[in-house]
Amino acid sequence: MPDARVHVPGEVPRGKPFEVRILIRHPMETGYRTDDAGKPIARNVLSTFACRYNGEAVFSARLSSGIAANPYLRFFVTARDSGQLTFEWIDDSGVRGGERVAVTVV
Amino acid sequence: MRRGLVVLVAFCAGVSGAQERVLPLSVLRSGITFAGPDVRAMQSDDVANPGELWVERGEKLWNLPAGAAERSCASCHGDARTSMRGAATRYPAHDVARDKLFDLEARIDDCRTRRQQASSYLRESDDLLSLTAYVAYQSRGLPLAVSIDGPARAAFERARAFYDQRHGQMNLACAHCHDQNWGKRLLGETISQGHGNAFPAYRLEWQGLGSLQRRIRACLFGVRAEMPPAGAAELAELELFLAWRAQGLPVEAPGVRR
Repeated sequence: MPDARVHVPGEVPRGKPFEVRILIRHPMETGYRTDDAGKPIARNVLSTFACRYNGEAVFSARLSSGIAANPYLRFFVTARDSGQLTFEWIDDSGVRGGERVAVTVV
Repeated sequence: MRRGLVVLVAFCAGVSGAQERVLPLSVLRSGITFAGPDVRAMQSDDVANPGELWVERGEKLWNLPAGAAERSCASCHGDARTSMRGAATRYPAHDVARDKLFDLEARIDDCRTRRQQASSYLRESDDLLSLTAYVAYQSRGLPLAVSIDGPARAAFERARAFYDQRHGQMNLACAHCHDQNWGKRLLGETISQGHGNAFPAYRLEWQGLGSLQRRIRACLFGVRAEMPPAGAAELAELELFLAWRAQGLPVEAPGVRR
């Protein structure tokens, strides 16, 4: 199952900020809901999200139960050299997800 | 958008039965035109539109061999981008050999159980929604054009009667809101014309993708009427009537709705 959709420009100008967009499939269960039998559904949201560029942290976020399912994040990164953007996230139940995408500096 | 409408008008002028429309083409509006700018932006952006997650998964399922036949959808139908182009615009459709009205979900599931000899998908399961979204996605931008001739006519007339019939404790017919009062407000909502061209759609209220049948059931729940179970014949017939009523509107699947 695809976990995420990432969009970055294939080629970016050196030193100019470029836009990174990512949509992650996740139910973002708030912990406030109950199932049909009235039993509480355990909270399960993406707790942390981190983006690294060639291993260097460039963006991170702590998400909470106020954020809708399938969170969509959009931020800007500036690149000096070509390399790889890696995305990592972990949810309350301990499930990890990740994605990587190559960026070419021109 | 405006140029698209002009093309549609030209297209539909040649379609038989166009003169007996419920809503004249001059006022026919997709549900997205009643939505706010943020929902519109979400639908039109392929990365921000969460429905694309289901489309992507549907593409994987399309190519995945399944069942005793160990065949994938692609084994028979090849590349969906060409073989399924326009398919969703013709559904629901009456299958003469089986003498049954199939909506897109039922057709996919029928193919799965009979041709792939695999276990049936549950209605509203992620897998069935994904495949439906993937198939419908191939018709994006093409105008709805279902057939109500021949054997489909009886189902169409039943659905039309259902649409005009009062339902539930609120004593409302579909037509009361969606034919007579669209564009007006119902508390915080603008009443739409009730077209299904964006389905399966990502509904923000559901926090997920859902079928047109789920949407119709939600509407019936809203007027406090009895809801036919998912997959019921009445719902497929109503889908046919709605598709005919929306003929000429482009497929938007996977759409985004509040």
